[in-house]
Amino acid sequence: MPIPIAPHSWHRNREGLGIWEGRGKVVATGVGTSPTARRWDEKPETSLGALTILAIRRAIEDAGISPDEIDGIVLTPESTTGVSNDPNSPAPEGWSDVFKMVDYPQAGITRGDIDWLLLNMPELKNVQFKMNGPVCMSVAFTTAAEAVSRGLTGTCLVVRGWHNLAGRYYVGQGAAARDTASGPGKYGGIWGMPACATTAMIFEEYCNKYGKNHDMMAPFVVEERRNGLMNPDGFFTQHRPEMITVDDYLSGRWIAKPANIYDNDLPIQAALAVIFTTPELAKHHKQKPVYILNHAQTRPELQGAIPTLAEWERSSDKMGRMLYEGAGIGPEDLSFENMYDGFTLFHQFHVEGLRFASRGEKRGYALDLYQTDISIEGPNPVSPSGGNNGNGRTRWWHHRDSILQIQGRSPSQITRPAEYGVSGAHMPNFCDALIWGASVE
Amino acid sequence: MRKQSPVPTEFDQPFYDACNEERLVIQHCPACNRFQFPPRTMCPRCGASNLTWQQVSGRGRIQSRVVVYDSPVSALIPDQPFNVATIALEEEPDVIMLSHLPGVPVDAVPIGATVEVIFETTPATGQKVPEWRVVG
Ligand SMILES: [Zn+2]
Repeated sequence: MPIPIAPHSWHRNREGLGIWEGRGKVVATGVGTSPTARRWDEKPETSLGALTILAIRRAIEDAGISPDEIDGIVLTPESTTGVSNDPNSPAPEGWSDVFKMVDYPQAGITRGDIDWLLLNMPELKNVQFKMNGPVCMSVAFTTAAEAVSRGLTGTCLVVRGWHNLAGRYYVGQGAAARDTASGPGKYGGIWGMPACATTAMIFEEYCNKYGKNHDMMAPFVVEERRNGLMNPDGFFTQHRPEMITVDDYLSGRWIAKPANIYDNDLPIQAALAVIFTTPELAKHHKQKPVYILNHAQTRPELQGAIPTLAEWERSSDKMGRMLYEGAGIGPEDLSFENMYDGFTLFHQFHVEGLRFASRGEKRGYALDLYQTDISIEGPNPVSPSGGNNGNGRTRWWHHRDSILQIQGRSPSQITRPAEYGVSGAHMPNFCDALIWGASVE
Repeated sequence: MRKQSPVPTEFDQPFYDACNEERLVIQHCPACNRFQFPPRTMCPRCGASNLTWQQVSGRGRIQSRVVVYDSPVSALIPDQPFNVATIALEEEPDVIMLSHLPGVPVDAVPIGATVEVIFETTPATGQKVPEWRVVG
């Protein structure tokens, strides 16, 4: 049976909804992270599926619970934004000696699959709630928050893994190598923009409007790498433990000017699992419960070939207002922000939509904020996780770190008390975000 | 530049046929009185499917630009680095089209300048696509 996604009625996508009905009913506890790799070496034991199983087992162990207690899974099936195998291509030789197979031959290789996980994790014998959170783990998190708050699952895994195959991620692959273009890509894709170029285009518009420039991004990008290098689970800590400097950033090669190589996150293999449960059930979990105070969604209005600055500002402003309304807090209550950063050049749209560390400014202030102390030791910790830029492309380091910060055990723990935080992904006009809190008071 | 040739479908044929006649025709939602591009089966704002095809003036304004140094599209790699600009249509500035701005040197894109549509023939099939030139 196909696995459903959240019904539209679960979305909190408009203002005026009041305090979230689920506020105080859902917490996060255990967190499990797999090792990282730059690319898959085609061995079953290092596959997306194997990493996902490892992350789940670590999350259960981290929470100090029994696998029997897991009665729900919400998973993001997409495991790349780049190149995948043909959906029907067979599993590599030796695969079926290690893993049981479902009908879908790429399950566990280039796509996450709940039924494949259950088949290969016999210890998860009480899962009755299964739902997909498509495209982004942020969707899986907000879906799981609704599912637990509605009593559909008591102890729920939230899961996403990433694969990265050999070869260049996009360049000259598949459709990009042909002399004709079909599908939705034909309307804009034939102009040859790399993935970061939409963001770079709107960043350029932002700089023109507010009198900013690309060099002003350097302190943010450098600080993110510093934060990422504190994380023993991050890709750069594990494989390239080198700090970058402002000069490195300013001399980085252009991909789509004004986006350079450091504005692009590095595709990797990795998996994360997090345990969502109720405050009551969390009482016997080993880790401090972190409350989900609200969640919200924005989706594109899709009027042009790419969005405009105006749409990104409208949409991220709305996200800020919706999140605070449902959580019952304001921007001044945030101890940190962990909004998405892959690409670095759109992080400031999220920051400004939330009015994070605003001193009355509405728009055009974030790059000035980057010139102040945005470190984990300072008064306004910006992206303390280090994000994709500091850890590799997953779209979940920032969520993971929000939980760890409030539990007081982040590897890049902020100095000020971590009471409330926010994380969300991915685009400023296509985002699922959550407010996390140490309590519901 | 050697763009890929877009392959029309039954659904977006009116747009591509008009391009071959050197007319810019895009969708309009009567309920919202709103234009949109690319073509879609429904209006993303109100969900209406009774969208009409309407010819627009073919004038616009350069809104922003990037310079592409690392394109995924194989056919365009020999032309790197090249401009891509966003064109906001005169009728409705939130409707954005893309342009290589033929003839404009890299790093010399005049933001805010007025442009008008021209049509470029793509080599693989001869299908024409909209392009833009600076007029002031
Ligand atoms: Zn409409």
